[in-house]
Amino acid sequence: MIAPASTDQLPDDQRIVITGIGLTSPNGNNLTEFRESLLAGKSGVTEYNIRYFGDTVAGICDFEATRHQSRRDARRGTRAGSVGIYCAREAIASAGIDWDDMQLDRVGVYVGVTEHGNVETETEIHEIKQFDYDVKTWSHHHNPRTVANNPAGEIALNMGITGPHYTIGAACAAGNAGIIQGLQMLRLGECDFAIAGGVSESIHTFGIFAGFASQGALAAHDNPSKASRPFDKNRNGIVVAEGGCLYTLERFSDAKARQANVFGEIVGYAINTDATDFVLPNPERQAQCMNMALRKAGLNADDIDIVSTHATGTGMGDTLECDAVRRVFGNCEKTYINNTKSFIGHTMGAAGALELAGNLVAFDDKVVHATINVDEIDPECQLDGLVLNQPKQLDGVDYILNNSFGMLGINSATIIKRM
Amino acid sequence: MAPAEIRNAIIDILGDIAPDEDLTDLKDEVSFRDQLELDSMDFLDIVMELRKRYRVQVPEEDYPNLDSMHSTVTYLTPKMVDCAAT
Repeated sequence: MIAPASTDQLPDDQRIVITGIGLTSPNGNNLTEFRESLLAGKSGVTEYNIRYFGDTVAGICDFEATRHQSRRDARRGTRAGSVGIYCAREAIASAGIDWDDMQLDRVGVYVGVTEHGNVETETEIHEIKQFDYDVKTWSHHHNPRTVANNPAGEIALNMGITGPHYTIGAACAAGNAGIIQGLQMLRLGECDFAIAGGVSESIHTFGIFAGFASQGALAAHDNPSKASRPFDKNRNGIVVAEGGCLYTLERFSDAKARQANVFGEIVGYAINTDATDFVLPNPERQAQCMNMALRKAGLNADDIDIVSTHATGTGMGDTLECDAVRRVFGNCEKTYINNTKSFIGHTMGAAGALELAGNLVAFDDKVVHATINVDEIDPECQLDGLVLNQPKQLDGVDYILNNSFGMLGINSATIIKRM
Repeated sequence: MAPAEIRNAIIDILGDIAPDEDLTDLKDEVSFRDQLELDSMDFLDIVMELRKRYRVQVPEEDYPNLDSMHSTVTYLTPKMVDCAAT
């Protein structure tokens, strides 16, 4: 049975659990640092300059790339590959796995990306411009760097993984989509151990900044740490950020057998499509997506303790998501709502996975981290359960619903249960 | 460029291509591949960097001349006689 009414009805080898987390965020390079920053209200957004575009703000990661990768391979590969390798290796360490004993042809790598290849293509065009567009100076590394499977492939190459690897292109829903793909492949028996989530190198392409600016959707603020402000009346757009978050996923039966630490069980998920606009979201479809995830989990809306919103700080995007959340959770008195982009900006392909990770610790510490930078709530974003500016202590957290939406109307939601 | 300058230019290129390698004890008569971890893509980087930095074209049929430091410097000396050291 692939799509159950509730995972309680499934045998343990069809229940999928999170057993390891590796991440890099603009405000932390592991789960502990990340969580501490979220609870302390510490932003990771700083001043940034990128060629052609100039001065702006961004979320920049400072993880130690050479911890798991030679300088030679870092030079040959991509930033997304380096982010992925760091996160995958850290996830394995977090999972307590002895990698030498792993059957590597049974490991699957499923990495969500918003986009890939823009950074590398822009760099090559910048380079050949110095040579009057002589294409003989176009790098032989261009193709292996820009193939769409690159970040997942670099992880597999670095770790000797011979099972399936690929990226999942899902705009800014990609982090959730990577997790969902990993879950599905485990349930189908296509792999026995999945490394799944999302990565982003998007701050290194000027095009994403210029594109958002042309769209009137790029955030600006004199104080970079105040630039990302979902739900605030004076929000003015997206802060682009880099980051990554990869999980190790296992069947519950395998996790139990090796007495693994379990961060949570993925009990519900859904992906659907607006089919209404290239950019503008459709709250009816977003609400439908959340309800599909709830139905798959066999839960009611008021069973959810925390809703991690996708909101990016754009005028329409935040308003429409609040509309969708209100449709699903409007009558839920004990459901609390937060937003992680207010701390780190929009980590694009990593966002869904990273924002979930920041919330997962709430199963243990029972604290809902806040949405920061809300000086004046936009009345259209007013939701009863919004946790604004200060974390909220609860008596317990059993279920988290994690939204992640993207352009071309792709919506995703995952629901994680405390074990 | 004199042969010694060409050697320095190649050392600079190798330093960028293989940043993890210690090039201080590189033996000029021994093949690069026998003493450095270089594959075909790295080798193409040497050709590319010569093109970009010194406008020197190395045709594919001449690639075997770039086997060792000694053979490389010997091959490049007439081609780089007018190049300025960077």
